Amino acid sequence: MALSGVEIFKHLPKTNCKKCGFPTCLAFAMKLAAKQASLDSCPDASEEAKSFLGAASEPPVRAITIGAGAGAVKVGEETVLFRHEKKFVNPCGMALQVMDTDSDADIDAKASAVATSEIDRVGQRLRIELVSVKDASGDPARFAAAVKRVTEKAPDAGLILDTRNTAAVEAALAHLAGKKPLIYGATADNADAMVGIAKAAGASLGVIADGLDALTALTEKITAGGFKDLVLDPGARKAKDMVEQYTMIRRSATKKSFKPLGFPVISFAVNADPYMEQALASIGIAKYASIIVLSDIAKWKSLALIALRQNIYTDPQVPMQVKQDLYKVGDVKAESPLMITTNFSLTYFIVLGEVENSKVPSWLAVMDVEGLSVLTAWAAGKFTAAKIAQFITESGIDQSVSHKELIIPGYVAILSGALEEKLPGWKITVGPREANALPAFLKNKAAAA
Amino acid sequence: MAFVVPKDTYNGKVFEVEIGTGDKAVKIGGENTLPFLTFEGAVPNMPVIAHEVQDVAPEDWPETVQAAYKGVSGDPVTWAKHCQDNLGAQAIALRLYSTHPDRQDTSPEAAAKTVSDVLAAISVPLIILGSNHAEKDAQVLRAACEAAKGRNCLIGKAQEANYKTIVAAAMAAGHKLIAMSDLDVNLAKQLNILITQMGYEKEKIVTDPMSSALGYGIEYTYSVMERIRSAALMQNDGTMAPPMLNDIGMYVWKVKETMASESDLPDWGALEERAIGWESTTAVGLIMAGSNLLIMRHPKAIETAKKVIAELA
Repeated sequence: MALSGVEIFKHLPKTNCKKCGFPTCLAFAMKLAAKQASLDSCPDASEEAKSFLGAASEPPVRAITIGAGAGAVKVGEETVLFRHEKKFVNPCGMALQVMDTDSDADIDAKASAVATSEIDRVGQRLRIELVSVKDASGDPARFAAAVKRVTEKAPDAGLILDTRNTAAVEAALAHLAGKKPLIYGATADNADAMVGIAKAAGASLGVIADGLDALTALTEKITAGGFKDLVLDPGARKAKDMVEQYTMIRRSATKKSFKPLGFPVISFAVNADPYMEQALASIGIAKYASIIVLSDIAKWKSLALIALRQNIYTDPQVPMQVKQDLYKVGDVKAESPLMITTNFSLTYFIVLGEVENSKVPSWLAVMDVEGLSVLTAWAAGKFTAAKIAQFITESGIDQSVSHKELIIPGYVAILSGALEEKLPGWKITVGPREANALPAFLKNKAAAA
Repeated sequence: MAFVVPKDTYNGKVFEVEIGTGDKAVKIGGENTLPFLTFEGAVPNMPVIAHEVQDVAPEDWPETVQAAYKGVSGDPVTWAKHCQDNLGAQAIALRLYSTHPDRQDTSPEAAAKTVSDVLAAISVPLIILGSNHAEKDAQVLRAACEAAKGRNCLIGKAQEANYKTIVAAAMAAGHKLIAMSDLDVNLAKQLNILITQMGYEKEKIVTDPMSSALGYGIEYTYSVMERIRSAALMQNDGTMAPPMLNDIGMYVWKVKETMASESDLPDWGALEERAIGWESTTAVGLIMAGSNLLIMRHPKAIETAKKVIAELA
């Protein structure tokens, strides 16, 4: 049963010391109730308060960090089932699978692919973060050598040690001091030994069982001993099982406060058909997987997965924005047409796409209106004649564009008179209301010129 | 603590809509739970994929998808038959694209003739789409409804600006109807109410929440769909209970990721795989959000989507 902020507040020191980072104890209590803060942030909490609030102050899905330093990946801490309720918190990590039986050259190539996977999307630097080394040889020395090779080629990648063999884990850990890998993992047969190893190495531990009954029994056994840095694998490998089992786990954790399943999930999308692998990974991204293992990260494949992850984990309350700038679309010249729109990423992408489709090289001025669409920005007083005029005047557009004609979106045709007043010497042309009419509009304009 | 399956129970149910006639007719919707959660409810029908066919050669489609229909796409009848006979299409979506005033401005009569010709050649269900020009669509779809009488087609898209003519025509000729609104839960509900106020049964509507491509706003479509489905199931809101359609081909095959060459953007990898994967990933994402019917373009992307759907059963 979740506690309310007021109930939690009764157990706090009530000193308003601000050491937790919040202005008052009550504000902190509210954050604890919303599961957006941890009681660990309060240095003065009594032991009694800690034991009482322990359960309520932890996020329903425990945070797990794989790796150390700049490349560390934090997953978990999720609180909801639907992204429209609240932002999904920590984007899932994606891992490339390497076999310890692969040739040295293949291991190097795969590790390098991970190390160079970073791309830019809508202003964010995004990448494949993890390498999962699978013990296919059954030989601890070979496994450890493969792990070592990976760390040399991809030093910033987090590591997953995919073996049930404690000897293989121990051999690999010799090369991983301070690297905090995920050991994957513990079964009913080896759990005691694996927990001991993970604890000593500061690593997290994957828990493998067939189905949620067996998984619950195993995590309960492990957490009873005080070790809690766990990642769950309920065994789902088919689309249907992934959707059902991952939903049950997320629901148990967030709606039922069921602690034995309050951990991130690892999902294996590995499939011989690359499109199918991409599809299974997409299911994991949408349906609550926190780590997704792939057999291949060809650029075409990971680009789509990185985009989907970015989209699903976007804050639904905060519109995605692009940078205010004068963008060149196509092979522009000083006399190419000049259009203006707002910096809501969706507006920008749709307008950009249609201008590209027109094949008419154009200048696209994108104005910062805090990520609102054209009509909304106009209604909110952020896309007014005065503000547009100021932007055009201060942006240095006249350095790039030789003419003085500005095409404005049809929805704000009403601004054209006021804009001509505020921008002396400029001709304001009203463009189409919808972006899909831009190709015809621009082609006609080019033909007339 | 033993694990207890965390089941939710819902009062509502998605309407089951049948399209087409005879043994090739398909049913969509009918579930009384969130997508594929058969541990707590029934999912009688899996999502269906319709192959998009146009009434004009798809010259403005990117090369990757144009090439997939080389030799058949010059004529809508040949194209539709190819999809049905060689690609195993469960349904055909015929887009009367040439009727747009900015295109060939084909007359409603000529468009109706195309509809008749395609229907004569296929036995799978037909979805009939206008050119997304509100005024022209009203005339074109009215003629198309009449030409398709008796075949239980899915007609669209009825939007706020033109729904009256299209609803009346669909009602008179006994067709199902696509109701599309602009990416907003309340607008979708409002349009369904307006349509039912004309006497059209809400059990015959298919909702198009307006789709978006991966990377270009798919999260908006995704969340609008999850909210529509939640309203149907949890609040038992009949005006939100029609099955949902995603017309994704037209959005996907317009974005840079399906067109830009690898030599221009080496970081993006091979164009053909990237483009196909962009369409199938968009499809899978929206299937997760509750899509019941998808209109798609590339045969390989459709094949992947079907494989996923088979695994979700």
